Amino acid sequence: MTPSDAPPASPIWFEHWRTAASTRLGEPVLPSTDEEVWRYSPIAELDLTSWTAPTRDDGSGVPAGALAVLDTIDDPAAVVVVRNGFVVHHEMSAVWADRGVYVGPIVDAPETATPQELLGSVAADGPDVFATINDVTVIDPLLVWVPAGVSVDQPIVIIDWIDADDVIVAPRLIVRLGANAEAKVLEWHGSDDVAAFVTSLVELDLAHAARLGFGSVQQRGPRIWQVASQVSRVAADATLDSAQVALGADYGRTRTDCRLVGRGATGNLRAVYFGVGRQTLDFRTFQQHAAPDTTSNLLFKGVVDDHSKSVYTGLIKVEKDARGTNAYQTNRNIKLSEHAWAESVPNLEIETNDVRCSHASTVGPIDEEQRFYLESRGVRTDVAERLIVAGFFDEVLEEFPVPGVVPLIASAIEDRLDRRSEA
Amino acid sequence: MAQLCIEGLTAEVAGREILHGIDLVVGSGEVHAVMGPNGSGKSTLSHVLMGKPGYTVTGGSVTLDGIDLLALSTWERAQAGLFLAMQYPVEVPGVSLEDLLTEALAGAGRDVTVVHAAVAAEAERIGLATRLLDRPVNVDLSGGEKKRNETMQLAVLRPRFAILDELDSGLDVDALRACARRIEAATTEFDLGVLAITHYTRLLDELKPDVVHILVKGRIVESGGPEMADALETTGYAAWVTDDDSTDAPLAAADPFADPFA
Repeated sequence: MTPSDAPPASPIWFEHWRTAASTRLGEPVLPSTDEEVWRYSPIAELDLTSWTAPTRDDGSGVPAGALAVLDTIDDPAAVVVVRNGFVVHHEMSAVWADRGVYVGPIVDAPETATPQELLGSVAADGPDVFATINDVTVIDPLLVWVPAGVSVDQPIVIIDWIDADDVIVAPRLIVRLGANAEAKVLEWHGSDDVAAFVTSLVELDLAHAARLGFGSVQQRGPRIWQVASQVSRVAADATLDSAQVALGADYGRTRTDCRLVGRGATGNLRAVYFGVGRQTLDFRTFQQHAAPDTTSNLLFKGVVDDHSKSVYTGLIKVEKDARGTNAYQTNRNIKLSEHAWAESVPNLEIETNDVRCSHASTVGPIDEEQRFYLESRGVRTDVAERLIVAGFFDEVLEEFPVPGVVPLIASAIEDRLDRRSEA
Repeated sequence: MAQLCIEGLTAEVAGREILHGIDLVVGSGEVHAVMGPNGSGKSTLSHVLMGKPGYTVTGGSVTLDGIDLLALSTWERAQAGLFLAMQYPVEVPGVSLEDLLTEALAGAGRDVTVVHAAVAAEAERIGLATRLLDRPVNVDLSGGEKKRNETMQLAVLRPRFAILDELDSGLDVDALRACARRIEAATTEFDLGVLAITHYTRLLDELKPDVVHILVKGRIVESGGPEMADALETTGYAAWVTDDDSTDAPLAAADPFADPFA
């Protein structure tokens, strides 16, 4: 794999960083399902050589699909649209620029945002080889920079769109909030119906008492493989509210590493997913408590229909110093079809006393008592199931950090349920 | 006048016959109380009438105005005019009361534009706080609030016959009075026929029965006027329960190979 089409006149530090990454990667060795964190995944089917780097000629301008997402957001603070790995549009309101906020390609960031120090500052060498592949493959890494003390009360929107066939795309996003800063960021991963391989990496860095709402939506087309990681570092008294929505892709995976490194840090991690056809949706979560009085709340809720599969494996890790930890992990799955399959493996690893931890996981069909109750009021069976499934997701969606897009997500979920009624 | 007509109804749960032949006819505007001790089959009767999964009808018939209810699914029975106020109303997270009632009325081809106003009016009448109406169905409601909610839905949906499964369990005296009065009024307002299944007589202080049936061991052993409920108040079920009935028969013959620690 070679770095491709790097933007013209990229700064020297970026070239050095990428060269180092290439050296580190060498000839990539892909993981196997023997590793617990890849168990149940179809990773053995991946052949990296079948994908080629995109070029700028693959498309310019904002694709229609991205415009549809943007239309739902009133008055964003900033918008970046990435198409086949290249930034095709970015804008930021002057109000926030004046206050030192930066949203855009990292290579164009002002010196005050210390861009040369940020790539890999949270993910380091990354949780797996795909992070290093991202380092080597990414074309336009993005930065959201909010200086200390600044509260950005309008949403920051990042749209990553793919409409070129047979490409490998490596979205990279770094969100850095200074002390006591606040922001809400939406990351939307969409595509036309193309075949592509995506390795996405998000690094979230929250300084003391920062507050970040991070909503990510994966609605890639049905022929895309996406292997994503979200790595966060949450300092003392800071709060991360992360909500993921996974609907698309043939194989869509997100690994979430939330590291609570300062006293009183909080990580709220939520996700909804809905598998159809033969797709596999795969989630690995790590709630890492490395400081006292830290709190993590994880709630992942999924539905699998048809022949689809979902995998959830999660680990709560409480380190020696993390006294007073509260850590909760809940994974609930509804199987709508007898051919669908949901795996759920919660885990705890606790090295100190004085912690409150719980984990719960369920896999089962639609609750018969709930359905009977709705039917007893005269609601048809298929409508009752629709209401129950939509309601099942509600708990997560009503807390989504960028509420403007929730109707778009809800209607995508409804489309999947309508498809059932028509079948 | 419409009739809910139950004839020779037998039903089993998990292979064990619970109802041994029930005969009952409830007319529009009438209130029938079915009273019995624990384990007499009261809840089974209500579940069987509404078609709850897990209950198997093995004989007899149930018709509503001539329509064979047993041939219908649960939602079709509801649309035919049957309502079940449940003993333990189920929490349905994320589903709003208005969505539920809108879908229920839409499914029957009825006007859904009235739902919001009807819910507000009935909630006020039954004393269900407005703030509870925005909650998902039954979620975080107290016992009394759940029963008021059941009664409110009954009043909005205006069924022809309502089965009240232990409406008087788990609620305070104020809530009980409010629910009972609303249902009593419905018997004249929209000619509702009521089958009130209950262990105690307190429901019947406000909801005046025309007929009282005593259900013991899956059979109606006696039927009479409201005075029978008064007699029950003082004597209890002793007159109808033989010594043999006083302890429930074992669920099944002892299995010599059963795991003793199960």
